[in-house]
Amino acid sequence: MFGYHYRLERNAIGLVLAIVVAASIGGFVEIAPLFTIDETVEDVPDMRVYTPLELAGRNIYIREGCYACHSQMIRTLRDEVERYGPYSLAVESKYDHPMLWGSKRTGPDLARVGGKYSDEWHVAHLINPRDVVPPSNMPAYAWLQRTPLEVKDLGLHLKALRQVGVPYTDDMIANAAADARNQAMPDDGGAGGLTQRYGEATQIRAFDGNPANVTELDALVAYLQILGRLTDAAYKPAAEGG
Amino acid sequence: MVSQLTMNERRWAMGILIALSLIGLTMLGAGRGDAFGVHGAIVAAAAIAMIFVVISGYFAPEPGEERLTRYYDDPSKAGIVISMVWAMLGLFVGDWVAWLLAYPNLTFDAPWSSLGRIRPVHTTSIIFGFGGNALIATSFHVLQRTTRARLPDQLSPWFVLLGYNLFCVIAVTGYLMGVTQSKEYAEAEWYADIWLVVVWVTYFAIYLRTLARRKEPHIYVANWYYMAFILAVAMLHIVNNLAVPISLGHAKSYSLFSGVQDAMTQWWYGHNAVAFFLTAGFLGMLYYYLPKRAGRPIFSYRLSIISFWGITFIYMWAGSHHLHYTALPQWVQTLGMTFSVMLLVPSWASAGNALMTLNGAWHKVRDDATLRFMMVAAIFYGLSTFEGSFMAIRPVNALSHYTDWTIGHVHAGAMGWVALITFGSIYAVVPWLWKREAMYSARLIELHFWLALSGTLIYVFAMWNSGITQGLMWRTYNESGTLAYSFVDSLVAMYPYYIARAIGGLLFFLGAIVGFYNIWMTIRTAPAEARASEPDAPALSGARVQPGE
Ligand code: HEC
Ligand code: HEM
Ligand code: HEM
Repeated sequence: MFGYHYRLERNAIGLVLAIVVAASIGGFVEIAPLFTIDETVEDVPDMRVYTPLELAGRNIYIREGCYACHSQMIRTLRDEVERYGPYSLAVESKYDHPMLWGSKRTGPDLARVGGKYSDEWHVAHLINPRDVVPPSNMPAYAWLQRTPLEVKDLGLHLKALRQVGVPYTDDMIANAAADARNQAMPDDGGAGGLTQRYGEATQIRAFDGNPANVTELDALVAYLQILGRLTDAAYKPAAEGG
Repeated sequence: MVSQLTMNERRWAMGILIALSLIGLTMLGAGRGDAFGVHGAIVAAAAIAMIFVVISGYFAPEPGEERLTRYYDDPSKAGIVISMVWAMLGLFVGDWVAWLLAYPNLTFDAPWSSLGRIRPVHTTSIIFGFGGNALIATSFHVLQRTTRARLPDQLSPWFVLLGYNLFCVIAVTGYLMGVTQSKEYAEAEWYADIWLVVVWVTYFAIYLRTLARRKEPHIYVANWYYMAFILAVAMLHIVNNLAVPISLGHAKSYSLFSGVQDAMTQWWYGHNAVAFFLTAGFLGMLYYYLPKRAGRPIFSYRLSIISFWGITFIYMWAGSHHLHYTALPQWVQTLGMTFSVMLLVPSWASAGNALMTLNGAWHKVRDDATLRFMMVAAIFYGLSTFEGSFMAIRPVNALSHYTDWTIGHVHAGAMGWVALITFGSIYAVVPWLWKREAMYSARLIELHFWLALSGTLIYVFAMWNSGITQGLMWRTYNESGTLAYSFVDSLVAMYPYYIARAIGGLLFFLGAIVGFYNIWMTIRTAPAEARASEPDAPALSGARVQPGE
């Protein structure tokens, strides 16, 4: 064996090929099956996609690095389920490009934070966490309220997501910017076709408390309020497995 | 620097730079109103500045043929200085993040200075800026000495070094503007990723071209590691960053993968960034500079073979230990755990090989802080791999995952192993490169050593304590069978440790400043004429490191 190696190290190309082969096997065996085996992701009919406003909020969550302190993955451990709710299923992040499972909990898990607090609580908390939770070390995000949301490109976002496999329809893509505005400015002439496109349960209101304009804070709170509520699958015992 | 290029290379350099500035201007035009345009401006500005540099030396006399009898070390020298500049930035920002976790108001009411944006500035500057530049600089140095061949040309090493730094600058400025893919250690967006592929292919080509001209039939161990580092990082980088941009004028893209598949791909990448960037590359350094500095051959050639192939093969299976008890299918978790435990064998074989090499040179370790940096690095390497294999066991990970214990493990490896081996190697190589008897001040190296060691120990002990406390508090039940502590209770318990960690980090940062000063003074006081008169002919390169046996 060592004699063989003695020859191998005299051959640059041989060494390169050996390294590539040795280093490829592990990833291939573990990753490739995940794309083919049906059991990896549960089949859930009521799983819905993010509305343009929620998607914009998700992108703010990514941009601000909230994932550095918050996970969105409740593990199958008793204490986690009691603290945060039913453990996370694969299907719940099926449309998450990329996933935001996180690796560090400087703050609590947010996988099921949707509906846990009122909009007012989130707004106050994001503007200055220490006003609401005095010992908190979460950063203040006061500028979100001052920054109008950029909606004009949302159609492009939906289109790119459709290319990677999220089932947005042509109708959704065409109306993306209007849908975002309508979801956060309900007084502004009704919700348009928003609920037909994304379902009756879609939450439509001025998330940041100000119906006059759409801010980044609207989008982020809309996203936080939908977390864990895109499907009920995790609450149904039948959905277990996977 | 330009005077060392041949006329033909100067023409190529101009061509590349003009093309790059056009790319930058196109990006600027296409991305108006988006961070993409700002990055276009940065690319164009960098390229145009370099055009001026090239023009200023364009008509200098060409280097003579006798250059081919010497090694080409200018890119290594530049790389080492750039690496230390990134270290200053990365450590400063790291300590800032550490203080922010204790005192969240120590920042500005401005988006760029928010913790979520500067944290990746810390990780990217320190891993890719400091670590990456040190790897590129030392790999060129080691490659030439161990093959007894000069780099194949004068232009491509500069392209790799400067192109790589352009990538780092784009990545870091991007985070400050909110441009990120959110994938840990792969945050840079699609256009920066494409650029890195171009740079990386050139890097590997330099390796192959130099090896093809080698005068030494055997490829030395250090080069196996550097090659594994380059090859595996290319594979990981390309697969994990597959994404669809929303348009060719926007920075934002969407990952090709989602949910579970994305999680597995990301941690296959993430763990192997640890393996092939933070481990294999730096083992390459260790295998050259430690024996060289100790004046002893590597303890066992066979052990190096076993550990090299063990690391190359096994690491790639271990990524799923980042996803225990999640929605990832359990068979993948089990595989990840099993291979992580097996990984201890090649890891300790490497650490043991390094320490046994020092056997018989312990008096040098006592007197020479440079060698001591390397020895302590090998010990921390052994320690953090033991800890990693332990944390990969499912029930242990149930406690450690999501807590500061992970952060403690990371920094035992990152500060204790990666940074210390780098400082040791830099202290060894700077006098060789700049033709000095020794570093400017041995006492300052000694000071740096103790600051770095105490900083690391304070940091790591603080995080072990906070991590385990946190993990236990989250799972403690009271008599009535309900959870005993709220999340905020556990947060309040963390503050003393966060302050301790920030102090440890400050010591470490001060040490690095001392180191930078020492390196700077060594360079400044380098005898000017020695640089020109003393030819660094391949034959003169001194005792080559022999694979012992
Ligand atoms: C420095 C780490 C840190 C960052 C970055 C961070 N948070 Fe937090 N977050 C915390 C901590 C600690 C808490 C718990 C104390 C509190 O409620 O403020 C928390 C609590 C929360 C809560 C309440 C969760 C609950 O169940 O009580 C929400 C919602 C939240 N954060 C959202 C965000 C969003 C959105 C962002 C990004 C814009 C963000 N956080 C960024 C640390 C962080
Ligand atoms: C002055 C010394 C340093 C200080 C004060 C410091 C501080 C920090 C802090 C505060 C964090 C964030 C932890 C959290 O989110 O809870 C962090 C993360 C990180 N640091 Fe450092 N750091 C230092 C040196 C280094 C070095 C030398 C390296 C690498 C070579 C490094 C690599 C990392 C990595 C990889 C992470 C991300 C960890 C994770 O996400 O799990 N750090 N550092
Ligand atoms: C035998 C070798 C090793 C094994 C088995 C191992 C295992 C682990 C495990 C189990 C985790 C925790 C994952 C989690 O719960 O989220 C982890 C995290 C980490 N380790 Fe290691 N480790 C090893 C060596 C190293 C070394 C040498 C470094 C060098 C710097 C390192 C850097 C990291 C980093 C940066 C993370 C944090 C990733 C993140 O969450 O962002 N590891 N490792």
